[in-house]
Amino acid sequence: MSAELAVRDVDDAATRAALEVTWAPPRGVLGLLGTVNHKVVAIRYIVSAFVFFALAGVLALVMRAQLAYPEARLVGPDLYNQIFTVHGSTMMFLFAVPVMEAMGLYLVPLMVGTRNVAFPRLNAFGFWIYLIGGALLWGAFLLNAGPDAGWFAYVPLAGPDQAPGKRIDVWAQMITFTELAALVGAVELVVTTLKLRAPGMSLNRVPLFVWAMLVTAFMVIFAMPAIMVASTMLAMDRLVDTHFFNVAEGGDALLWQHLFWFFGHPEVYIIFIPATGFVSTIVQTFARRPIVGYPAMVLSLIATGFLGFGLWVHHMFATGLPKLGESFFTAASMLIAIPTGVQIFCWLATLRSGRVLVRAPLLYVLAFVATFVLGGLSGVMVASAPLDLQLHDTFFVVAHLHYVLIGGSVFPLLGALHYWLPKMSGRMPSEGLGRLTVAILFVGFQLTFFPMHQLGLAGMPRRVYTYLPETGWGPLNALSSVGAALLGVAVLLFVANVAWTLRRGARAEDDPWGADTLEWSTTSPPPAYNFVHIPVVESRHPLWTHPSPRVVTGLRIDVREVLVTDAIDAVPDHRHMLDGPTLYPFLTAMAAGIGIITAIFTPWGITVGVVLTLPPLIGWFWPAGEAIAGTTREKA
Amino acid sequence: MSAMLLSLVLLLAGCGAPAALSPAGPQAGQIAGLWAVFFWVSVVVEVAVVAFLLYAVLRARRPVLTLPALAAEPLAERRLTRGVSAATALTAIVVVALLAASILVTRALGALHAPQALTVEIAGHQWWWEVEYWDPVPSQRVRTANEIHVPVGEAVLVKLRASDVIHSLWVPPLHGKKDLIPGHATSLWIKADRPGAFGGQCAEFCGYQHAHMRLLVIAESRGAFDAWLARQRRPAPEPTDAQARRGRDVFLTGPCAICHTIVGTPAAARLGPDLTHLAGRTTLAAGTLPNTPGHLAGWIIDPQRIKPGVHMPSIGLDGADLQALLAYLGSLK
Repeated sequence: MSAELAVRDVDDAATRAALEVTWAPPRGVLGLLGTVNHKVVAIRYIVSAFVFFALAGVLALVMRAQLAYPEARLVGPDLYNQIFTVHGSTMMFLFAVPVMEAMGLYLVPLMVGTRNVAFPRLNAFGFWIYLIGGALLWGAFLLNAGPDAGWFAYVPLAGPDQAPGKRIDVWAQMITFTELAALVGAVELVVTTLKLRAPGMSLNRVPLFVWAMLVTAFMVIFAMPAIMVASTMLAMDRLVDTHFFNVAEGGDALLWQHLFWFFGHPEVYIIFIPATGFVSTIVQTFARRPIVGYPAMVLSLIATGFLGFGLWVHHMFATGLPKLGESFFTAASMLIAIPTGVQIFCWLATLRSGRVLVRAPLLYVLAFVATFVLGGLSGVMVASAPLDLQLHDTFFVVAHLHYVLIGGSVFPLLGALHYWLPKMSGRMPSEGLGRLTVAILFVGFQLTFFPMHQLGLAGMPRRVYTYLPETGWGPLNALSSVGAALLGVAVLLFVANVAWTLRRGARAEDDPWGADTLEWSTTSPPPAYNFVHIPVVESRHPLWTHPSPRVVTGLRIDVREVLVTDAIDAVPDHRHMLDGPTLYPFLTAMAAGIGIITAIFTPWGITVGVVLTLPPLIGWFWPAGEAIAGTTREKA
Repeated sequence: MSAMLLSLVLLLAGCGAPAALSPAGPQAGQIAGLWAVFFWVSVVVEVAVVAFLLYAVLRARRPVLTLPALAAEPLAERRLTRGVSAATALTAIVVVALLAASILVTRALGALHAPQALTVEIAGHQWWWEVEYWDPVPSQRVRTANEIHVPVGEAVLVKLRASDVIHSLWVPPLHGKKDLIPGHATSLWIKADRPGAFGGQCAEFCGYQHAHMRLLVIAESRGAFDAWLARQRRPAPEPTDAQARRGRDVFLTGPCAICHTIVGTPAAARLGPDLTHLAGRTTLAAGTLPNTPGHLAGWIIDPQRIKPGVHMPSIGLDGADLQALLAYLGSLK
C-alpha cells in the first residue's frame, strides 16, 4: 500500500514535464510501428474500421444498384456472391466488433482513471493482427478471390468439393486472425476495467459504458473461440482433408451451423451492448441527471450477456428440430426482450425526468430508440419458431438485422463519435452539420430498410443476385435503392463533419458537454499519460460531485507506473510498471501474418509461421531490467 | 415514425396481402394468424415508445448547464422506479403471452398428418427440384421436376433430401420453410385448401443460381390430380411426325441424353431434370422461363446467359436440328 491519497497540492508543472518525458511517444519508425499508447492504437483501430465500413458500404450500394430493378445485369452471380459475402464479413468482423472494442480501448482507461491499458504491447499486437486480417480479405477480393459462400459460410457450400479455389480459405484465415484480435481487445478491456480503476471507483461506481464494455469483453472471450475452432476446422477440411463437415465421411453439415451460431448470435450482442453504453452516457449527459435505475441497467447488461448465449438455435428453426428444443429456444430468444426493455424504459424515464439539452448526439439517440425498438420487435417475431419459418432467410430478416445493427449500433456509434470527438481531437464538431446528418441518416435508413419487411413477406429470399419481373418485387426494391443512396450521402456528411472539425472546429474545453465521467477531467485531447494525477473517485458521477476530483500522489513519474486496485472495491493494491514502445508486437504480427497467408496454400504455412514468430517472441519476452522495489513488472 | 407505421398499415391494406400472408393452406393460415397478433402488438409498442420519447424530450424542463443536482427528490424518483417496474412487468406479460401463442401454433403446425397420405420426395439440386411421387410399386413411381401437383384438401407428406449443398423449400402460401440438408432426412406436411398455382423458391443460399431456383405447387381437384398422375406414369409418347422423330434422334445422339431421362427411350441419366413430360409443365429452368418453344430454344442454345453458372452447358445445334428437337420436346405432353 504505497499510494497515498491527498489533496492536490503538488507542483503540477514539474509533474507534467516529467510525465511528458516518461510517456512521450517515440519518433520515427518506432513511433509509427512500435507505439503502445492506447489512444493512438484505438484511433488507428477506429480509422481502419471506418475505412472498412466505407468499403463495405460501397459494396452495399453496388448490391442495391443491382437489385433496383428485376433481372439487372450490372453484376453477375459470381461477383454478387463475393460482394454480399465480403460486405457481411467486413461489416461484422472488420467493422462492428473492432470499432466497438476500439471505442472501449480509447475510453475505458480514461473513464476508469488510469494511464494506459493493462497490456500495452499485446494491445498493439492485436491491432496489427486485425489489420493484416482485413488486408488479406480485401486484397483477395480485389484479386477476384473474395469469399463467396456468405458471411456464415455454410458447409457443404463452403467445403472443399463445392468451393474449389482459395476463396473460402482466405475467409477462414481472416476469421481466425480478426477474432484473435478481438480476443486480445477483450482481455485488455477486462483486465483494465477490473484491475486499473482509480481508487474509490468500486464496481457500483463504474460508468455504464465501462460496464457495457466489460460485459461485451466477457462475451467475446466465450463466443470467439467457437468461431475460431469452426474456421480452423473448415480450413483443415479444405487443406488437409479432415472431413469434420464432410457428410460422405461421417462428418456433419449441421455441426458447422451450431458452432457458427454459437458465436454468431452472441456476436450481435457483442455489437449491441457497447452501443447501449454510448446511449446511457449520452442520455445521462444531455438529460442533465444520473441515469434512472443504475443497478437495473447493470443487471440488464449482465442478463443480456448470459441470455445471448442461449439463443443460437433460432437461426436453425428451418432445419427440422425437435419441437421441445424449438420451444426452448423460442422462449430464450423472446425473454431477451425483457432486459433490453428495462434499459429502454430507464432511458425514457431519465429523459422524462431530466432537463433535456437537445444536441446532435442526443438526436442520434432519439433516432436509435425509434429504429431499434422496431428492430427489436421484428426480432421477437423471428424468435417465434412458427413465424420464423415464414420469415427466415428472407428480406424480412435483412430488414430486421439492419434495424438492430445500424439502428441499434451504428446510430449510437456515430452519436458517440460526435460526442467524444471534442475529447479525441480537441475541437468541437459542427452542431448544424451533425443535425443534418442525423435527419438524412434516419430518413435514408427507413427508406432503405423498411420496404424490405414487405419484400420478405412477399416471398423474396435473401442472397439473391436478381429476381424475375413477374414477382412484383421491383417497385419496393427501387425505393430501397433510392434510400441506400441517401444513406451514402449521410455517411459522407458525417465524414465531412469530422474533417471540418479537425481543420476548423472551435477549440474544445476539457468538459464541453458538462458530463460526469473522468475522461472529461483531463485536457482535450488527453496527454499521452492521460492524467497528471490519478483521480480519487468518491461517487458514481465524479465530475458532478467535485469538478476537480481529489488525486493520488506517490506514483513514480520517471517510469511508466500505474496503480493496481482491487477488482471489487478499487482499493489501492500495488504499483505496477507498464511496458513502453517496442517493435516486437509489430514484427510478431507480421511473422504470424506470413504464416497464416502461406497456410492458405500449404500446411507448411503453420511451420513457417511458428519458425518466423519465434525470434520476435523471444525478443518480446526477453527479461529486461531489474525489478524495482515495491512494484511488479510484467511483460505483456 | 408514426407516419411510417401508418404507411405500413396502408401498404399492407392497400396493395394486397403478400404471399406469406395470403394463405392457401391451414399451416400458412395459422402462421398468418400468429403474424397478425405479433404485428398489432408491435404497432402498439412502437407507437407508445416513440410517442413517449417525443413527449419526454419536447416537454422536458429547461436544461441547466450548471452541475446537475445529484441529491434526488425521493418522491419523484420512487415514481420513476415504479413506472419502469410497471413497464417491465407489462413487457414480461406480453412476452409470455406471445410465447404461449407461439407454442400453440407450433403444436398446431405439427398436428397435420394423415395415414396413407400421398408422399412426394423432393431432392434439392443446384439449381432445380427433383420431384418423385412415391408408390409401393416401383414402376408406378413418377418422377418430374420443379412442379408439384397436389390434390386439394388432402394432407401430403413431403420428404426432403439434398445431394450437393443445403437448400430450403419455401412455398409461402402453404407453409414456412424446411431445409434440405445433405446427410439429414427432413420432411414436412402440406395441405392446400383451395385450387391454384402457388409459387415458391429456394430460401437457403446455394450458390450461383440460388436466385433462379423456383418451383410451382399446383393444387387441383382429386380427379384432375389423378388424371395428371396417370399421364405422368405413361412413358413418353412416340413421335408421330418425321420432324419430331428427327428431334428424338438429336436428343438421343447429342449431349442431352448424358444428363436427362425420357422414359420410353434409352435416355435414363439423372443429372438433370426428367423430361418425359416436359411439354406438360408451365415453366422451364426451375421456374425461370415460361414454357414456350422460343424460350426453350433460347435455354438449349445458351443456358449460361439465362442462368450464369448453371450446370447445363450451351448446346451447339444447327437450326434444323434445333427445330427438330423443339418439335420432339414439344410433343412430350
